[in-house]
This record gives sequence, structure tokens and C-alpha cells, in this order.
Amino acid sequence: MTALLQIHEPGETPEPHAEERGIAIGIDLGTTNSVVAVVDGEQPEVLRDAHGDGLIPSVVALMQDGVIVGREAQDLRAKHPDRVVSSIKRLMGRGVHDVKALAGVLPYKIAASGDSVGMVRLEVAGRSVTPIEISAEILKAVKARAEQSLGQDVIKAVVTVPAYFDDAARSATKDAAKLAGLDVLRLVNEPTAAALAYGLDSGAEGVYAIYDLGGGTFDISLLRLQKGVFQVLATGGDSALGGDDFDHVLAERAIATSGLENLNEAGAAALLLAARAAKEQLTQQDRVKLTAEIGGKKIDVTISRREFEALIDSLVQRTVRACRQVLDDARITPKEIQGVVLVGGSTRVPLVRRRVEEFFGRAPLADIDPDEVVAVGAALQAKALTRGSDTLLLDVIPLSLGIETMGGIVEKVIDRNTPIPVAKAQDFTTYQDGQTGMLIHVVQGERETVDACRSLGRFELLGIPPMVAGAARIQVTFAVDADGLLTVSAMEKTTGIRAEIAVKPSYGLTDAEMADMLRDSLVHAREDMEQRLLIEARVEAERVLLALDAALAADGALLSEEERAAIDSAIAKLRQAIRGEERDLINAAVDGLDHATHAFAQRRMDRAVAQALKGHSLDEIEASMATDPAPGGGRTGRPGAAD
Amino acid sequence: MPTQADDTRAARAGFVSCWSCKGPVAAQALFCHTCGAIQPPTQLDHFRRLGLEPAFDVDLDVAEKRYLGFQRAIHPDRFASKPAKERAFAEAQAVALNQAYETLKDPLRRAAYLLKLNGIEASVSRDETVRDPELLMEAMEAREALMEATSLEKVEKLQAKAGADAIAILADLSKAFASDDLKAANRLATRLKYLRKYLDETRARRIALEQAEGTA
Ligand SMILES: Nc1ncnc2c1ncn2[C@@H]1O[C@H](COP(=O)(O)OP(=O)(O)O)[C@@H](O)[C@H]1O
Ligand SMILES: [Mg+2]
Ligand SMILES: [Zn+2]
Repeated sequence: MTALLQIHEPGETPEPHAEERGIAIGIDLGTTNSVVAVVDGEQPEVLRDAHGDGLIPSVVALMQDGVIVGREAQDLRAKHPDRVVSSIKRLMGRGVHDVKALAGVLPYKIAASGDSVGMVRLEVAGRSVTPIEISAEILKAVKARAEQSLGQDVIKAVVTVPAYFDDAARSATKDAAKLAGLDVLRLVNEPTAAALAYGLDSGAEGVYAIYDLGGGTFDISLLRLQKGVFQVLATGGDSALGGDDFDHVLAERAIATSGLENLNEAGAAALLLAARAAKEQLTQQDRVKLTAEIGGKKIDVTISRREFEALIDSLVQRTVRACRQVLDDARITPKEIQGVVLVGGSTRVPLVRRRVEEFFGRAPLADIDPDEVVAVGAALQAKALTRGSDTLLLDVIPLSLGIETMGGIVEKVIDRNTPIPVAKAQDFTTYQDGQTGMLIHVVQGERETVDACRSLGRFELLGIPPMVAGAARIQVTFAVDADGLLTVSAMEKTTGIRAEIAVKPSYGLTDAEMADMLRDSLVHAREDMEQRLLIEARVEAERVLLALDAALAADGALLSEEERAAIDSAIAKLRQAIRGEERDLINAAVDGLDHATHAFAQRRMDRAVAQALKGHSLDEIEASMATDPAPGGGRTGRPGAAD
Repeated sequence: MPTQADDTRAARAGFVSCWSCKGPVAAQALFCHTCGAIQPPTQLDHFRRLGLEPAFDVDLDVAEKRYLGFQRAIHPDRFASKPAKERAFAEAQAVALNQAYETLKDPLRRAAYLLKLNGIEASVSRDETVRDPELLMEAMEAREALMEATSLEKVEKLQAKAGADAIAILADLSKAFASDDLKAANRLATRLKYLRKYLDETRARRIALEQAEGTA
């Protein structure tokens, strides 16, 4: 089968190597704050700054003399509002078209563009930048923090994304990580990570609710857990509701009581900062002073917890309504929920906890810091991926994938909640005599019309051999990998003639753009590339040697002494090449060994065939050959033999 | 490298050549018994992939146990730090396993697949209109009854009846397959498909009524 087209090239990311025993970190790339955690020994640990702070505000300042991320960037906001970007996560994988709907709500300037399609760009400090580049800056800061506290280079990471993130947003996140020099082992859903942090993967069965109230967003997800399988049953929430809104109501109260008027941008920012501090204190105290100095005027307002709760109750009730809606959608009653996990800094607010407890009729799980729990889960998964684990995350695709058919109607190709990885092939044909091209439009979403779904990409099949209408058989394969990322490939079945395909990713980076950005950021210098290829060649050569060792241990008796000597000498040559630094020599020695073992392989196959034909059953042959355990604990997994 | 002819001979004997150590390995093996390397998936039907005999009656507990057991062994997460080739094989195996289990665990899909294995493109797998006049009649009457049912109690009754009908069809399907009556099986599968759609409609109707009563 010739794959003619790929929207995402698998395998173009830097390969993790068996040799690189480097540590893997878990990253919660949040809208408001980002957190990094790692499992170095047995226990997960959040990596903190010198003040013991685990949160890195997801704020980026593009200053004249460089990029600043985190608290410092936040502090620059009042002075340089045009250089500071926050809440960039909201724009990941978004197109110009989507953002028009959000205009006025977003805390940044969208770059004017003649194009009505394509990825949205921001105008910051007179530069036009993509959300991917801004996110990459946050990830670089996260990576730097990890490297500093671990005292070693960090390349591998598990990064979390909201469960409802579509393909465009997921691949934008992955691209950002790549730009930051991180190799993403896996994208994990945030609610799934939170469940992992609470150890729900071992033993827990049933439906769990993950209630995540952050700075600017509210997410509620229902997870079904059974036998180590995590399934996102339903997600919902409010993408414009969070702790920031609590800050706003407090600030408004302060304005009302102190008679402030005509706040400018800097004044408003300062007041909001003070409101946020007061809000966070109210979590511990019954009464706080909200103090600030704005435009020479001193503000000093005392607010009690009771007043605060009265101010925010309707906002909290909105989250409860969203919970009810999601339960309804999933046809589940609050009583059927096995447990509730609290995520997000705003779930520290006592009123939020009370309301959640009232609605679900049970005390929520909250012993892990709610703003760190997602990173902790990501770190546990990073450990599982690099050091092995017994639990298995079988994720599902969160939103259906489909293609546009006549009249703008969507034909579903892969339904939501299908376990991933998954691949489905669909046949298409031409509808006109002599037709040589065909446009395929891939969308994601649950609605029936193309307009109501996300457009992921349009691609054109070109070079279809001219035939009568309906004669061509074009098989298009949609494959979704374990990260939930889509690859599309196509071939013409009747002729096998290679068609050309033009891919126009709607909201992603093209390969060329990615290459340019990588060059700019110098993540992959030339030497790095050479080094990587050398390591790869060594790993492959070691694999060949190990496999041959196993074969010789099992079937060495099939060889004469001279034959064995010839193979041994080829092995020695390869061993020597591996110790050297020449990739070409290693590859040549592998070829040499392959040649030297050709007859041996042939004889092994011949014997097996002869034995099978003599009437021995395959099981007998296997039993006779499996007496020597394979090196590295090789397993024989035979369907029917294992349960 | 074994030649094409050798490959065919080996395949007929039930095994293929291991990509890593070049030795013989059983066609349905997940791993090579000699060198331990993960193998790419071979052409197997969904039943055999899970170690089951092709039949409508499937022990779903056994199927699930095998599915999870095999996933545990070959899921791409287990190969995250392995070379690209092995990760690709793991992914392909996981895709094949998911497809097999998703098909078998649902009786309707299982029936359609079994019909396909027997050379019958089941009418359930196409979205064409039914030609069975009896079924058409039945479906229309059921829908009418649902439209006329205005109380929660009546809707619940219809739902219970449809549920019982669906269970009865499953038993009939099993009998039809057991006696190799594929024509009957095909018809029953189509009926089951329509019944399911109808069950969804009754459920939606019930929820709507419940909500109406709740707010009243
Ligand atoms: N002790 C606290 N009491 C009340 N709110 C808090 C507290 N600590 C943090 N928050 C709020 O949590 C929000 C940030 O939550 P976080 O989970 O980090 O956000 P995100 O997931 O959006 O990145 C902010 O609005 C912050 O003010
Ligand atoms: Mg968060
Ligand atoms: Zn082998």
C-alpha cells in the first residue's frame, strides 16, 4: 500500500532512544498557570522555585532584550500592556474565523490578516507571532525550571491538554513542545491525569467526576474507569468562567465602596491584582482588607467571607448547572458518581467546595493540591512511559471525525469515544467521467453540518487516472494515534497509480514553517542531527546483535564450524564499528552481518517448514524451539494461549 | 532474505519470518518466541485475533480479558522509548486489537461481521432503506404508538417492551447462526438495528417527559 498523503508525519519528531536514559517530566500547560512535576524516585514531586512556588504563570513578555516568562512577566503587564501576553491557551489550534467570535473578550490584539482561513496570529510588541510560539516560550521556561532543579538536561515530557481539545489544538500543543526542544512522549487529557494522581487507575471502578475550576475556564468531565481503562464519557463546562471572575466582582465592590472613577488600563490591572490577593486570603480568613493605591488614591476596603460568598454565589451556581447538564447528557445521576476530584486553584474557595459537595452528595477528593494535581498525574504517566508500569491508559477519541459530503453534510468516519489508536478506511469514487481530482474536507465535531464542526483540513487527491464515473476506487485511511492525532493517507486501488495530494492544514503549521521556526530557535543544530543519526545506528546495530544472539542460542546447531566462524567474525566487525564514531561503518557492518547470516536464516525457516509439513503441528514446533528463553525476557504472546 | 516463494510456503505452514531475528514465528504471535521482538499484525479475522472461534455466541468476559491482556502487552505506551519501527508495530497491533474488540463486543456489529465473513454484505452495514415490508410496517406502528404516548408511564411501557424484543432477537440471532441460517440472521440483524434506533427515541422521549414533569 502506498501512502500518498499524511497530514501529520509520524516519526519526524526526535526519536527517543533506548540509550537516552534521560528523565521524563510531566507538564500541566495551563491557561493561567503552568506546573512541572517529576517522579525521580518513587514519589511524584512538583518542581518549585527558590520561594517554594510551584506555579509558573502562563504569561509571556516579549521585551526588547529578550523573552520573560512567569511572575516577572506578570509584573511587567501594568507598565507594558502591549508586550505582555496571557491566556494564550485559548487560541491554540484556533483559526482566524473562530477568533472573530471571541473578539473583545480576549486580552490581546489579533493581527489583521487578509486571509479568512489559517491560524490566528497575535500582534505583540509590534511583531506578529503565533500562539504556538508563545506557548513554546512558556514550555521553554518550564523546561529550564526542570533542568535547574534536576541538574540535568530534560528532553522528554508528557504534556496535558483539556479533554475537549480537538486535533488542531492537540497538534498545536505538540508543535509548541517541539519548538521548545521537548520530545512529547504522550499528550494526556487533564481529567485523566488528575485521576491518575489520585491513583484511581489501580482498583477504582465506576464513574468519576473531575471538577476543574481554574483562572478563566471551568471544565467538568466524567470519566469511566474500568480495569485500567479510562474513558472520557462526557465533558462540558464554561470557557469563560473562572477565578478571574471572582476577582472582578471583588474589584467592582471595591470601586463601589470607595467611589473610584475612570480607571485607566494600568489602574484596573493593579486593582484586579489586589482583588485577587484578597480573594486568595479569604480562603483562609474570615475577613480581609483589600488595599491598593491607584492614581494617587488609596483604597482600603474590608470584606468578610460571607460578603464575598454572596457576591460569587451566582457564578458558582453556574458551574453546578454545567455539572447537571453534563450528567444529563451522559444519562447519569449524581448518585451514580463514585467520586469527585477537585482540580484548579479556584476549587480552594470554600464556597465552591460546599456547592460541589451539596450537588454530588459526597465530599470531594482534594488532598492533592488542586493546582498541582494535573502535573502530578502527568509526571506519573511520564514515569510509566519511561520506566514501565502495570496500568494501562486506553484513551478514546473525544470528538467524532468526519468528512464533508454533498450539501455540507458531515459523514462520520470515526465516532467519538472510539478507543485509540484506531484506523478506518473509507472508499471514495469519482462522480464524473475522466475526473482526475477530488477534494476531501476533514472535520471534527458532533454536529451534522460542516459549518457547525471544526474544519481540520482540506486536501486534494490529484492524478487519479481518468476513468468512467464511479470506476475509480480511492481508499482514504484515517488513523488516530494514541495521542489523539490524526493522519490521513490515500491510494487508488484499481490501478495502484500514485496520486499527488496537496494538503492544506487549516490551523496548523506547515512543514516549511515548522522548519523555519526550528532553525530560528536553533533547537536542532546540524551536529545534533548527526549525533542523533549515529545513536540511532548504534541502537539498531545492538538490536541486530541481540536478535542474532537469541537465534544462535536457539538454532546454532544448524551451522557448521566454518559457517559459525564466518558469522562470528562479522559480529566482531560490527561490535568494533559500534565502538567507533562512523555511522556509515556501522551501517556497512550491519549489512555485512546480514549477508553472513543469510543462509542461517534460510535454514531456520526451511527446517520449520519441513517440520510443519511432516505433520508436526505448529504448537509442537514452537514448543521445541522455545526451550531457550529469549534474551531480555521475550514473551510468546499467542492469542488463545494467554489469559 | 527468504524469497517470495519461501514466504508463501511458510505462510501455508502457519508462520512468518520474524523481522528482527529472521527466524520462524507463528502468524498470530504478538512477540517472536526466539528474540522477543514485537511482530506486526498479520491478516487474522477479529475472532481469531482474540483467540476465539468465529461464532455468534461469544463469551464477552473471555473476550475482554484477552483484549485487555493483549493491550497490556502491546499498547504503544509500552514502547514509548523504543525505536520508531517497534512503536509502529505496537500501534498497528493496538489498532487491530481495538478494531477486533469493538466489533465483537457489540452483538449487532458482531452479527454483521459474521455475515461478512460468510460472504454476505449484511444489510445493516449499509444505510439503504429496508425492503422488508413486514419490518417496515412494524417500525411505523411502533413509532406511531410512541408519538401517541403522552404520559411517562406509557412511554416506559413501550420502552420495556422494545427492550424485551431486543433481547428476544438476540436469542433468535444466536439460533439462526447456530443452524447456519444466514438469511434469517441477516433479517434479524436488520430488525435489531431498527429496534435500537427506536429504543433511543423512546429514551429521548422519556427524558423529555421527565424534565417536563420535573419543572412542572
Ligand atoms: N487560595 C486560593 N483561594 C482562591 N483562589 C485561588 C487560590 N489559589 C489560587 N486561586 C485561583 O486559582 C486560579 C488559577 O487556577 P489554575 O488551576 O492555576 O488555573 P489554570 O488551570 O487556568 O491555569 C486563579 O484565579 C487564582 O486566583
Ligand atoms: Mg488547569
Ligand atoms: Zn525473532
